[in-house]
Amino acid sequence: MKKVKAIGRNKSRFLASLGTTVVARMALRASAALVLVGSGASFEQSSNAQVTSQRLVDAAKEPQNWLMYSGDYAGHRFSTLDQVNTGNAATLVPKWAYQTMAGGKFETTPLVVDGVLYGTGQDDRAFGLDARSGRPIWQYQRALPADIRPCCGRVNRGLAILGDKVFLGTLDAHVIALDAKTGNVVWDVTSVDYRGGYSITLAPLAIKNLVIIGVSGGEYGIRGFIDAYDAATGERKWRFYTVPGPGEPGHDSWEGESWKIGGAPAWITGTFDLATNTTFWTTGNPSPSNRGEGRAGDNLYSNCLLAIDPDTGKLKWYYQFSKHDEHDYDATQVPVMIDQGEKHLIVHANRNGFFYVIDRTNGKLVSATPFAKVTWSDSQDATGTPVARKDASPTPDGNRVCPGAAGATNWMSPTYDPQTKLFYVTAREQCDIFSTAPQPYEAGHAYYGSAYFPNDDAAPFTGALRALDPETGKLKWELKHLSPTWAGVLSTAGGLVLTGDAEGNFMALDAASGKVLWHFQCGASVYASPMSFAVGGKQYLAVAAGSALFTFALP
Amino acid sequence: MSMPITNFRRVEPSASLWTSFRVMGCTLIISLLVAVTGLIAQDKNPYAGDPKAAKAGESQFRANCAFCHGLGARGGGRGPDLTRAQKRHGNGDADLFRTINEGVPGTAMPPNGATQQGVGMTEEEIWQVISYIRSVQVKAPVQPMGNAAHGKELFYGSASCSTCHMVQGKGGRLGPDLSTTGSARSTSYLVESIREPSRRLAQGISEAMKEFSQEYETVKVETADGQKFMGVVLNEDHFTLQMMDTRENLRLFEKDKLKSFEKTRESLMPAYDQKTLSDKEMQDILAYLLEVGAQ
Repeated sequence: MKKVKAIGRNKSRFLASLGTTVVARMALRASAALVLVGSGASFEQSSNAQVTSQRLVDAAKEPQNWLMYSGDYAGHRFSTLDQVNTGNAATLVPKWAYQTMAGGKFETTPLVVDGVLYGTGQDDRAFGLDARSGRPIWQYQRALPADIRPCCGRVNRGLAILGDKVFLGTLDAHVIALDAKTGNVVWDVTSVDYRGGYSITLAPLAIKNLVIIGVSGGEYGIRGFIDAYDAATGERKWRFYTVPGPGEPGHDSWEGESWKIGGAPAWITGTFDLATNTTFWTTGNPSPSNRGEGRAGDNLYSNCLLAIDPDTGKLKWYYQFSKHDEHDYDATQVPVMIDQGEKHLIVHANRNGFFYVIDRTNGKLVSATPFAKVTWSDSQDATGTPVARKDASPTPDGNRVCPGAAGATNWMSPTYDPQTKLFYVTAREQCDIFSTAPQPYEAGHAYYGSAYFPNDDAAPFTGALRALDPETGKLKWELKHLSPTWAGVLSTAGGLVLTGDAEGNFMALDAASGKVLWHFQCGASVYASPMSFAVGGKQYLAVAAGSALFTFALP
Repeated sequence: MSMPITNFRRVEPSASLWTSFRVMGCTLIISLLVAVTGLIAQDKNPYAGDPKAAKAGESQFRANCAFCHGLGARGGGRGPDLTRAQKRHGNGDADLFRTINEGVPGTAMPPNGATQQGVGMTEEEIWQVISYIRSVQVKAPVQPMGNAAHGKELFYGSASCSTCHMVQGKGGRLGPDLSTTGSARSTSYLVESIREPSRRLAQGISEAMKEFSQEYETVKVETADGQKFMGVVLNEDHFTLQMMDTRENLRLFEKDKLKSFEKTRESLMPAYDQKTLSDKEMQDILAYLLEVGAQ
């Protein structure tokens, strides 16, 4: 089956290359730089969307494409394109914008495959665009029930692609396969009844023949899970509950019946290590987020890094960042795979303010270093894992703790640049006053165990783009933000780092020094992570802001 | 739904095809009327006076509203004190429901579910919150603490408030317009703003998708050609500054073109101590602001 698909793809590529030369086509695939030199070669864009699972594994060989949420299975969000670089970034100009005309946060990272851009918008919109012009080829919007109440905006972060389908997780907890050429619904399955407080906001991850998703709903007392669906049929192949049931390991980390409403959502896209056949996923807070009373124990697998066998859904190992969390410190940040010589690691800048380095072969902690202001922990256990202070718990009248509930960072993607060997992350400097109060659980209703408030500090909240050395966790440079931002980060082979800010700027920085080389005012705060692609021999940078997807290129 | 049909047929028993269509049409109208009546019925809180609903409403309030309106609904630097009987955008059950559900355009009050704090509420939960607000609301309307007429004299006279503040179109531009402040902020916040204006700077422009509002920070700049300006920050980003100088001129800059740029959180507003403004005089000014704010 796999072989047939591969042939189909090669055939399509052959057809696509008609009208140009095979040499140019080969050069196109050989390196990023050559793609751009052989600019005439790719003017005729293939509309055949046969993306085999092998192409996903070999994503780095197709620098002109962006085949998954983080760009590659390692979660680097690094583009090997270098046409736009430190020498010419100052001359970047807008090329086109696509308007969803939808309100709320626009969080998508688009995919680009062979000249077609696939994105999502608010309220479960999806679209396929001509990546050169921004003109829509198809548009889809799910008819959502009136009574969905997603916790944090009617958002979606993107699609996965496999074969000739793109995959969308919806706010009413469906998983939908759309035909990549038409946007037609190929299959539509219910992962779970949304009325229990479940939704899906993440971009799915395609591995082999599977589409893997996780659910949101940590604010509603859900029981979190990660699912894998057969990409061809939508049949569910496995489910991993992120809160273990009776008889399962970890079940005793919950008090009484609290596991049934234990939360631990998995709402950010995972990564995949082909060498060990392991997919890495991260989980969010135990429910209720602000109240530990009634759920005594570590509350596994909330706020964890999970190593899962993608074929079976079986857990290989886990590492828990924040045990028995009472501050909403979801660990839902992309688990980034990096290699240092013989060391195979996961690096993870966590919402709780620590930068963790973990051995991805066994889940053992290598180091944990603060990358932002932290007051919730001042000691480590025997493994080096930061431990919560007793007096950091929320109180009835409120207790000031750093970082605040939105975290020292959040779901916005970091990037790892293999050229500078630096890890870049958006840091938020905001402390909050955490309060707690008893709250009865009611299915589908918000279940926080109280709330948090901005603190009374005179100084305003700020933020920064921070470049960290993953070897040491030390800060290499930072770009201060005037206020905390929700923009993610992209790095490129052109020596650039790209990010946005809450004031609406999209910026290109020198990855080595942090110097701002170029900026564009998008007119609304950036709530998305940028990406890059090439079409027609031209490298584009893309970011969502407001209700528009913007692209930029050299003049 | 079947009742109106029966009634209608009793009045007009003819059963021609044409009449059938008319019957269907009228049924639609009647259905609409029923729907409208239903809405009108919902203009009263179905849980009014129910202590259990107020308790449930308190949980919702903490999760969805307290970020701006404070614990106990007593207000803060961001949102009004809701324990007051008067509410700027209406105090009837239907008014409160509308304010919570739809937000208040042009203010920081967002529609239900769009706060980014909390998850949004069902209709039932909004009514519970209204029950909670009623349960903490002071029974009598706030009595004027001072003499509003004298407060107005002070505002436009010896206290010099109007040098920088506008009320109903009259006054200066350097500070926030105070026409609605009396209803939009708690009294304790207003007192603090007069006595210690630098403690919590007043908030300026709120942008739709930006989490935090601009504040009335003080700024001093020197341009490349040596001109110096001092004033308040109207807005700012990494690259640009929009300010009003003390002569009420708008000054718009690219930061990298400036010779110097210095910002402080020491408010341009002088701190009014007891000697400058006695407690009695301050109460008069607050009475004036409350009176204007209620209009």
